[in-house]
Amino acid sequence: MRVKAISRILALVVPVLLSLNSHAFAATGQDEAQVHESAAVTAPAASGTLEAPVAGAATVEAGAHEAAGAEGHDEKPGDVIMHHILDNKIYPIEPFGEIHLPEIAVKPFGIDISVTKHVVMIWLASAVLLVVGLSVGASYKSLSSKKAPNGFANVIEALVDFIRTDVAKSNIGHGYEKFVPFLVTVFFFILICNLLGLIPYGATATGNINVTLTLAVFTFIITQAAAFKAQGVKGYLEHLTAGTHWSLWIIMVPIELIGQFTKPFALTIRLFANMTAGHIIIYSLIFIAFILKSYVVAMAVSVPFAIFIYLLELFVAFLQAFVFTMLSALFIGLATAHEHHEEGHAFEESLH
Amino acid sequence: MEGLGYLGAGIGAGLAVIGAGLGIGNIAASAAEGTARQPEATSDIRTTMIIAAALIEGVALFGEVICVLLALK
Repeated sequence: MRVKAISRILALVVPVLLSLNSHAFAATGQDEAQVHESAAVTAPAASGTLEAPVAGAATVEAGAHEAAGAEGHDEKPGDVIMHHILDNKIYPIEPFGEIHLPEIAVKPFGIDISVTKHVVMIWLASAVLLVVGLSVGASYKSLSSKKAPNGFANVIEALVDFIRTDVAKSNIGHGYEKFVPFLVTVFFFILICNLLGLIPYGATATGNINVTLTLAVFTFIITQAAAFKAQGVKGYLEHLTAGTHWSLWIIMVPIELIGQFTKPFALTIRLFANMTAGHIIIYSLIFIAFILKSYVVAMAVSVPFAIFIYLLELFVAFLQAFVFTMLSALFIGLATAHEHHEEGHAFEESLH
Repeated sequence: MEGLGYLGAGIGAGLAVIGAGLGIGNIAASAAEGTARQPEATSDIRTTMIIAAALIEGVALFGEVICVLLALK
């Protein structure tokens, strides 16, 4: 956790330092740029402009990110990082060019519903989920009671059983079976989306706040529906008063109402910020080498630290999928735990 | 004066991380203590620890997102 905190600091401070640095560089002129061989060799177009060092960085970058380098003469590293984090309609496959995703001209209610990079990744994740689920499910049909599942099915069974027992059963309790399909689906969908962002040519769909908000809205709807079903309308309204005296209702009811909406909001921001922060850290570490224009820094700092953060991100991909599922189960459990609350109310009434 | 926005973002990020670090450090310390006293409750303690750490982390991330918005404005 401490390493994560330190890397978060780096993620936020480094882009700021980089942008300040490039301003300072631009002011001192291009003598500096000539000294560093990497910039001098690879920035022929930029000589004579004030943005020489930045353009140098962008052109060195062009080996890996052509789109950024091509028109990147006045682009700061922060802009290049954001270009890779944010969603857009061009799917880059760098050495081979790029794919312009099809645009949909029809805009219902003024909303652009064109296919974007993250939409492609969502479809890919859904396809992977379908293939894995159907193949593993089919392999169970051929099993007899004496044979244990082997290979890939065994891995998936371990994860599904973990979600069923340790997440759903221990947090929701009685009547948890209804929510297991949702929890397992959301766990594997987030996990696959997170992991797709870590492979080459991938993008993190869960690093897009619209995707995480949609997932959180599903949790919100299921939580509210479960609360109504478990407690009835009267019980639900009683729950909003938190069992307090009627004179406190004017305070308690708004607080409880806001509390219903902060839960999905926190789920949204947590997943979005975690996945985005990891990618910003990796890009920032790589950009240190381009800003300092040094092979030594690239070999000693950028590449080892980027690999380290990458491995940390692999862990975070699993952790965040687990945390989202766990908190969804916890919220559903809180909403449906009516027996416990009634005992509490009865206890309070007996005190009066 | 444009630099002050970056300064604010950096300081804000640092403060948010200090808070989150203190909180998560306290949780980890208590969890280690609890596990040492009662090794049979390790899995329960771990689950509680992860939930509490995730909640604290969420609050810290709100701050960090605001700092990123400030820095990239």
